[in-house]
Amino acid sequence: MAYFSQQLINAITLGAIYGLIAIGYTMVYGIIGMINFAHGEVFMIGAFISLIGFLICSMLGIGSAPVAIVLVLLMAMAFSAVYGWAIERTAYRPLRGSFRLAPLISAIGVSIALQNYVQLTQGARPKPGGQIVSGGFNLFSADGFDVRVTWLQIIIVVVTILLMAGFTWLIARTSLGRQQRACEQDMKMASLLGVNVDRTISLTFVLGAALAAVAGMLFLMYYGVIDFFIGFLAGIKAFTAAVLGGIGSLPGAMLGGLLIGLIEVFWAGYFSSEYKDVAVFAILVLVLIFRPSGLLGRPEIEKV
Amino acid sequence: MRLPAMLKDAGLTAFVAAALGIFIVGFRTVDVGSSKGLSFDYHFADLAVAVVTIFLGRLGLSLAAAGLRWPAIALGAVMVAAGASPLTLPSGFLHWFVALGGVLLLIRAVWPWANDAVTLATRTPSGVALKDAGTKWFGWLLLAGAVLLPFTPVADQKTMDLAVLILTYVMLGWGLNIVVGLAGLLDLGYVAFYAVGAYAYALLSTQHGLGFWTVLPLAGMMAALFGVLLGFPVLRLRGDYLAIVTLGFGEIIRLVILNWVDLTNGPAGIGSIPGPTLFGAVFAETPPAGKQTVSQMLGISFDGIHRLIFLYYIILVLALITNLFTQRMRRLPVGRAWEALREDETACRALGINPTNTKLTAFAIGAMFAGFAGSFFAAKQRFISPESFVFIESAIILAIVVLGGMGSQIGVVLAAVLLIGLPEWFRDLGNYRMLAFGLAMVLIMVFRPRGLVAHREPSLRLHPNRPAGGG
Repeated sequence: MAYFSQQLINAITLGAIYGLIAIGYTMVYGIIGMINFAHGEVFMIGAFISLIGFLICSMLGIGSAPVAIVLVLLMAMAFSAVYGWAIERTAYRPLRGSFRLAPLISAIGVSIALQNYVQLTQGARPKPGGQIVSGGFNLFSADGFDVRVTWLQIIIVVVTILLMAGFTWLIARTSLGRQQRACEQDMKMASLLGVNVDRTISLTFVLGAALAAVAGMLFLMYYGVIDFFIGFLAGIKAFTAAVLGGIGSLPGAMLGGLLIGLIEVFWAGYFSSEYKDVAVFAILVLVLIFRPSGLLGRPEIEKV
Repeated sequence: MRLPAMLKDAGLTAFVAAALGIFIVGFRTVDVGSSKGLSFDYHFADLAVAVVTIFLGRLGLSLAAAGLRWPAIALGAVMVAAGASPLTLPSGFLHWFVALGGVLLLIRAVWPWANDAVTLATRTPSGVALKDAGTKWFGWLLLAGAVLLPFTPVADQKTMDLAVLILTYVMLGWGLNIVVGLAGLLDLGYVAFYAVGAYAYALLSTQHGLGFWTVLPLAGMMAALFGVLLGFPVLRLRGDYLAIVTLGFGEIIRLVILNWVDLTNGPAGIGSIPGPTLFGAVFAETPPAGKQTVSQMLGISFDGIHRLIFLYYIILVLALITNLFTQRMRRLPVGRAWEALREDETACRALGINPTNTKLTAFAIGAMFAGFAGSFFAAKQRFISPESFVFIESAIILAIVVLGGMGSQIGVVLAAVLLIGLPEWFRDLGNYRMLAFGLAMVLIMVFRPRGLVAHREPSLRLHPNRPAGGG
């Protein structure tokens, strides 16, 4: 029981991070129907900017952890958002109206280029991030086993919940959210009604990249070590989460993230940690085969 | 656009570039000592040079777009000169960066003239026919060159090694071309079938003593079987979902190979795999018990390069078989169904083509050729480990197909030479190779989505004597 609870706590933390990345996939897919394969790389770049940000903070002598976290969070979000914007502008926008697979191939190109860009500029070795937040408390003890919650885990879950709430509000209430939903339904009609489609799509990428950067910072704080290759696996897992929850649906992305976190952690905890990634990939394949619209998604109707 | 607007635009681009680079390029994290954490190595000069280059490049592009060719050419020439000059820039890479930027700008400035000339030349029907004939002759010329290569004086150890490598990728590219180029299925896990072929040969030869020529068809069949098993459930999916699922399968196979230590020896890999034999004779200086060496059989003195030349001809023949097979398949109903399916799946369904079965044949045949190439790879390397079958290999093969022009056979050869040959030749560029791969994929999609060899031979013509679209 205690072991189970501990695994559950770890799984929720991991699931929150996956969920944040999955939102970027699901929003972009919802609006322009493409898999943004480079999204995992934006997450990785967000993690690197956070790493550099924390180092700058410690050099400037900002000792207080909350101040440093907020500063780095804003910095990582802003600068990763520029990456999201630039990627959309250079690699995807010229391809609207090209053949079906063109944006995906272009996205794979962006992903390879970004990985190697970071490898060349920052080096291939894993980078230790240091411990920014430490400590925690024991929830309860059973069977001689302490169930422990760290402050960091609480921060991760709280930040995720806050961002999710803010995001749901943004989509449901603001004019930007309305424009996004309009573009999702019918891009041509939306543009006829005065929605600036290009700007809306750009903003979608910017928002997705900012959330990925938050996930990157949380990942850095949680695992304490990053390298240029983290975006690949995390990206695929988050994409799996988005598909599992129903691609195009925001609550679906969060739910999918949680489920992927649960599957990964429990598989590693109870079966074998070597095959935990295989389990996630297998889930991806199974969901796509048996329920391509996901848990909360609408079935897709192909129009001729 | 007027000049002030151009300057503003270039300034904005430079600003974005600076924002992109400031942390990732400007602050390089380096390890210091033992568990002391990290410190910075500052590279602001690099960043500044890059940003200025981007500013000038963007300005030049706007100038060229506005029809001001001469200023653009002048700007490009200045950049090339700056890049090639012995001026001390902070790093060697920046020299390349500045010079390449200048070259691209020059190409862009001269492009309208060149384009006009080409369109004029090919607008007449005879121009198109000439182009067709040119592609054909070029193909035969390449083939003759490839056959004669080992007899030329350039054929030393290094060249032959490289030639074998390039041909392996040509074969893989041709195999993937069936799946991506003809059937229009984006397969991101192609390397999985390559791995199946390689491990099939490695295991059957080291544990059961089977020879290369026995295992080769078996490995192809095994890979095709995997193709069918994996393809059957997933080929109903939409194009981009299919891509991700194949990626997932590729990773699953790699992870299973990595972790199933009893069978595959895990990350340590399988070593001392026997090479291919020539009518039972092995390529070695001293014959193993009960066998004879090729040099004994032919009565020539032993030379290490004989083995390489033999391998070269094997892969050349395998690759040519792949090509010939594809060319013939395109004329069969199933090949035409592949291409029809690529263009419009709904229409095909309405015409009574079974999309799943048709896709499955393309998937399985593509996998089979990857299996052949895989067992050749294992026989050539004599050692394989899961590291050879990572996702990036799939991406490289895909880049070859995309760059060459999907569906174009000769394009694959050119792209393989360009992507595999050039970086091997210029070793110092090795680090930037993957960066260039990624950027090339994006640029090709944006500017020339049909690839370097954009011309694609139609399989069927309404009026066989008239060139398509030439009227």
